[in-house]
Amino acid sequence: MIYWKIFLANFIANLLGYGGGPATIPLLEHEVVDRYSWYTTGEYSEMVALGNGLPGPIATKLAGYIGYDQGGLLGAAIGLFASVAPSLIMMIALLGLLLKFKESKKVKRLTQFVRPTIAVLLGVMTYHFFFDSYVSTGIMHTAIIGVLGLIFLEKLHISPVYVVLGALVYGAVFL
Amino acid sequence: MKQKDIFIAFFRAGMLGYGGGLSAIPLMHREVVTIYKWMDDEEFSDILALANTLPGPINTKLSGYIGWRLSGFKGLLCAIAATVLPTVVLMILLLTVLNAYKDKPWVQGMSKGVIPIAGVMIGVLAWDFIKKSKQSMGWLATIVIAGISLIVMQFFGIHPALMIIALVAAALLSKEEKR
Repeated sequence: MIYWKIFLANFIANLLGYGGGPATIPLLEHEVVDRYSWYTTGEYSEMVALGNGLPGPIATKLAGYIGYDQGGLLGAAIGLFASVAPSLIMMIALLGLLLKFKESKKVKRLTQFVRPTIAVLLGVMTYHFFFDSYVSTGIMHTAIIGVLGLIFLEKLHISPVYVVLGALVYGAVFL
Repeated sequence: MKQKDIFIAFFRAGMLGYGGGLSAIPLMHREVVTIYKWMDDEEFSDILALANTLPGPINTKLSGYIGWRLSGFKGLLCAIAATVLPTVVLMILLLTVLNAYKDKPWVQGMSKGVIPIAGVMIGVLAWDFIKKSKQSMGWLATIVIAGISLIVMQFFGIHPALMIIALVAAALLSKEEKR
């Protein structure tokens, strides 16, 4: 049942993603690449890059697109619902309670303890993406795009839109 | 009138925020606190801090909750729709067009060209999480948890869900000492 799988993939990824939308990226990869084999690592990395080149929250863009791609408009609606609703319902239901415990060390530790794990997941994912790129385009192109991308995004603070566009043009011309 | 304001506020914050939810937060703050004065600075910070303690995307938690506070379920739907739908539609259009020309060599080249960029973006995020973790717990705890996570998930192939659930349990069972 595809709709159930779309729901479950997004539900799990978002319910475990402590630290906002970016934390759900590797968890969602685990579901849609490793578990359901809907996409290859390369296809997923393309979604992540293009998703980051567009404005707005990343988790919902991935959820909406994957849902649409796998199950049409209803799939998109289910993917979005699964990524947004559980944490929002918790937020509304628990806000009163959480406000009372806002100085609580325990509540703060929830995010603190999970952060290094998310970092590892993101780190492993980075390795997968670069390895995938190395296999399909070789070390030279991977290094050129990677280093230029890092400089433009992090040192020069060029908007991701232009960096992604630049990589698309580079790919169209040289790869 | 109110629904329209809610929609416009979260539409602007969503469409101008690049690079995931976190970049949209200052924009949302501007709309909610500075422009529309729906709540004061302190209240916004409280809501933001609490949203951070719960899993899932920050953006939709904030916009949904603020919409709900302002005008109930309709406000919630309006805020979520404004935050999420425009960018999802763009994403679907872009990738559908790209996939339609998949067999053209230059489109395949484009697909390959963005992979290292995705690598850089995710690598930067990984480093951000490490830095934040170091700030809140110090290097030792960060390295210990990261090391255990790496071993458990990569070498024993345990699902990340189990690792995260274990850490959540550890946080909730930990002692509430004063510092």
